Amino acid sequence: MIETTHATGMKVEEKLFQNRYLVDAGRPHIKVLPHDKPSKALLALTHACPAGCYAENERGQVEITADGCMECGTCRIMTAKTGEIEWNYPRGGFGILYKFG
Amino acid sequence: MSDEHFDAIVVGAGPSGNAAAYTMAKEGLKVLQLERGEYPGSKNVQGAILYASALEQIIPDFREDAPLERHVIEQRMWTMDDASHVGMHYRSNDFNEEKPNRYTIIRAQFDKWFSRKVRDAGATLLCETTVTELLRDSSGKVIGVRTDRNAGKVFADVVILAEGVNGLVGQRSGLRSEVAPDTVALAVKEMHFLPREVIESRFNLKGDEGVVIEAMGTITKGMTGTGFLYTNEESISVGIGCIVSDFAENETTPYGLLEAFKNHPSIKPLLAGSECKEYASHLIPEGGYNAIPRLVGDGWIVVGDAGQFVNAVHREGSNLAMTTGRIAGETVVWLNRRRDEMTKANLTEYTRRLEQTFVMKDMKKYRKIPDFLHGNKHVFTLYPKLFTNAAQSWFRVDGVDKRSKEKQIMSSFRKSRSILGLLGDAFKLARAWR
Ligand SMILES: Cc1cc2nc3c(=O)[nH]c(=O)nc-3n(C[C@H](O)[C@H](O)[C@H](O)COP(=O)(O)OP(=O)(O)OC[C@H]3O[C@@H](n4cnc5c(N)ncnc54)[C@H](O)[C@@H]3O)c2cc1C
Ligand code: SF4
Repeated sequence: MIETTHATGMKVEEKLFQNRYLVDAGRPHIKVLPHDKPSKALLALTHACPAGCYAENERGQVEITADGCMECGTCRIMTAKTGEIEWNYPRGGFGILYKFG
Repeated sequence: MSDEHFDAIVVGAGPSGNAAAYTMAKEGLKVLQLERGEYPGSKNVQGAILYASALEQIIPDFREDAPLERHVIEQRMWTMDDASHVGMHYRSNDFNEEKPNRYTIIRAQFDKWFSRKVRDAGATLLCETTVTELLRDSSGKVIGVRTDRNAGKVFADVVILAEGVNGLVGQRSGLRSEVAPDTVALAVKEMHFLPREVIESRFNLKGDEGVVIEAMGTITKGMTGTGFLYTNEESISVGIGCIVSDFAENETTPYGLLEAFKNHPSIKPLLAGSECKEYASHLIPEGGYNAIPRLVGDGWIVVGDAGQFVNAVHREGSNLAMTTGRIAGETVVWLNRRRDEMTKANLTEYTRRLEQTFVMKDMKKYRKIPDFLHGNKHVFTLYPKLFTNAAQSWFRVDGVDKRSKEKQIMSSFRKSRSILGLLGDAFKLARAWR
């Protein structure tokens, strides 16, 4: 499982809970392409994504739940060479809505 | 929105896009600005320090109604290890001037304000509209953009790409390559709220005075990066960022780093009792001069973060964004008045003008810094420990004589890094700094 809890006990989910989103239901803006074994870069997203969107399943593949995504682009840039994910901005108006930024 | 033709289309309503759109609209050009967020600022993140001079050149009386938080009178530069920090502080009453030089701001509020000015100047703004690609004529000249609003097309003489660090439109249209992981930092940040009196007493401030802290050291766990803490009127911005390629190599999570930074004994008391109301993350271009992509072509110009215009050493970005946006806008106005075509050759005037400003001069000055920091990770691990240990040994009064202490400090430096290594680091840094 993905390590989302830091030693201090703070879960990333609790952080994301404070944010405002307008989720485009049923139209995720990021997809992980089907794969047998993730590359090192794809696997690294399970800790590098600041929203903890990526997790490894029982079969060792990497999955994404993009609801908490802050659209930073880190995952796109990290896997640009391997081409394992498809990344787009959410449709205009959807996604993260920073109150302060 | 289909058949209308504009003098210019601006993609993005951050500081670079707003500066460009404002400059052109004020001079009477017909400007369309497209922003994917629900409102300008809804996608944007900054520390945030606003440097007055860049905005003053666009809106001289901005202080009258801009949402400014505090003017900065004190800068703290900290080198941290796990238990301590060694600090260089500069505080001056000179910063309490009639027109202060630096302010803390809250980006979502600031961007909304700037955008209102842009619309008052006459530009048309469409939010909730993502630009998906550039439109070209048969010669390859950019003549407009396609958006995700009913797959709508809009046309203009020139398109200004102010789309920020991810720069998908420019990249997917082949104007530049994908951002490399070692040329961008991933930053995470939180907004912590406290009553203003608490902030003022905690940081020794009166009225709208503010403090900023910039920190480096073991807080980034050996990765190239820095932490920061800025005082706003009734909140504190606290964050940390490291180069993306370092995150790829390490097991660390960005939120884990942020939690550890917030819980550092030097930071924790400053945040005590606060309520966190937002967690944000964003990339920062840090590749410097060598990472700047092509900036102009037939029918297009790149400004701001999309052009990698950030001075990471001095943590300046929004001012470079506003200055590049303003100069791009002025160039387009100039060509428009002369009835010149927006060709690559003519738009090169933009880069010529940029060369004369602090933007290109500073970018060039620090062009070797990114490589120096990547190649010398001990700057973030070894040196902070050496400095804090030296300070501790020097200040702790324990019956050991001062000469022995001096020797002990010198030998701790030598043991961890040879004299040649120490000199080499100093030399390389000095060279990169020049
Ligand atoms: C944590 C952090 C701290 C920082 N601290 C400071 C600081 O203290 N001082 C400082 O000067 N700088 C700082 N910076 C840098 C500064 O924020 C940036 O340099 C600045 O925001 C760049 O402005 P921009 O207009 O080029 O890009 P952005 O502000 O990113 O604006 C780009 C805009 O384009 C929109 N957009 C993107 N793609 C599309 C599309 N396809 N269609 C429609 N709209 C689109 C986005 O929604 C966004 O509104 C910091 C950055 C970060 C992340
Ligand atoms: S864009 Fe950023 S927040 Fe969203 S999934 Fe990718 S890494 Fe995570």
